[in-house]
Amino acid sequence: MKALLIRDLRLAVRAGGGFGLGLAFFLIVVVLVPFGVGPEAAVLGRIAPGILWVAALLAALLSLDRIFALDHEDGSLPLLATAPLPMEGVALAKGLAHWITTGLPLTLAAPVLGVLLSISWAAWPWLLVALALGTPALSMIGTFGAALTVGLRRGGLLLSLIVLPLYVPTLIFGAEVVRRGADGLAVGAPLLMLAGITAGCVALLPFATAAALRVNLR
Amino acid sequence: MELVVEDLACARGGAPVLEHVSFRLGAGEALILRGPNGVGKTTLLWTLAGLRPPVAGQIRMPDEAVAYAGHADGVKGALTVEENLVFWAEVHGRALEDEVLATFDLVALRGRMAGTLSAGQRRRLGLARLAVAGRPIMLLDEPTVSLDAASVARVAGWLADVHLARGGIALIATHIDLGLAAPVLDLTPFRAAPDAAGGSDEAFL
Repeated sequence: MKALLIRDLRLAVRAGGGFGLGLAFFLIVVVLVPFGVGPEAAVLGRIAPGILWVAALLAALLSLDRIFALDHEDGSLPLLATAPLPMEGVALAKGLAHWITTGLPLTLAAPVLGVLLSISWAAWPWLLVALALGTPALSMIGTFGAALTVGLRRGGLLLSLIVLPLYVPTLIFGAEVVRRGADGLAVGAPLLMLAGITAGCVALLPFATAAALRVNLR
Repeated sequence: MELVVEDLACARGGAPVLEHVSFRLGAGEALILRGPNGVGKTTLLWTLAGLRPPVAGQIRMPDEAVAYAGHADGVKGALTVEENLVFWAEVHGRALEDEVLATFDLVALRGRMAGTLSAGQRRRLGLARLAVAGRPIMLLDEPTVSLDAASVARVAGWLADVHLARGGIALIATHIDLGLAAPVLDLTPFRAAPDAAGGSDEAFL
């Protein structure tokens, strides 16, 4: 599993690996919003949590179809399936690699970009915490979607249609944590819900992903 | 170490392809699969590799014993030759031995990006993965495609002198003569009748 994780990270940072693509997309979306909405700090500060979370969802979505498609094209996937590594392990390693190359940079960049949306200082730490807790769920759900659509031509669009509705709970509770943090309210409940969703995704989805891969390999 | 196939039937894409296939291979034995295009050589190898469940019949072999090499090599172009092999070695819990690079004539290429290799070099890298994996049962699907005569001899020599000599088993689908002293199984007589059971997805409909 470690070998697969290291290989995927190495592939991501090499030429054509797509590392930074999601981050650049996130940056551009967040920079565009003030142009569209106008520069009033009060309005921007109010919509900032939602904008940052939606932008993070879309940025995570951008690199999902690469998770299994590249391995499927070059024939690595059946070879991994016959290797001693269980498919559940493959799914977990792939999800983790996606999170490290997408979710983690987004989490670290978001507070900086929050400045552009004049997010309140009180919301800063909660933005970081909410993204750190929520983005692993985005990667795991995305890995499952990628496994469902592997082998389909132009599967990327179908993948977004499958995955985006599944992102809704994470979006709701993630944005709620930041909003409550900004208003100085208690954030315990939405934070626990967010953490629970992530824990559930990490624990259960590798099995679903592995099952989807096995069916798609036949 | 034994690979036993009894009365096996397999299907591809919902259509029955082969039925009543039976053979038995012991340690150090190889079998060459022959047959016209579409007869089901690849399907049989996929079924044996456990990638596709058999429609009927039995496959008996030790667990975690199979290494499969198909039409695609599973080579990552953005990794070097050595990184590719080290990855597969680690996945199989082994170390990369220099002997493998020498056997497949990859020593001079070990630092090259796999994406810049020629088709034949790429194939040699794909086959070297099998040696790295060190599994006792090798399922080879057209291993000699895009290899020159010298490389074919090299691969055949490795199969005979190293893999089979160590008590391994090899099942090779090929159209050319590898020069291995192995029995040939022509799959044409096992072609499934068009109405053979188990092909369709009835259970889902």
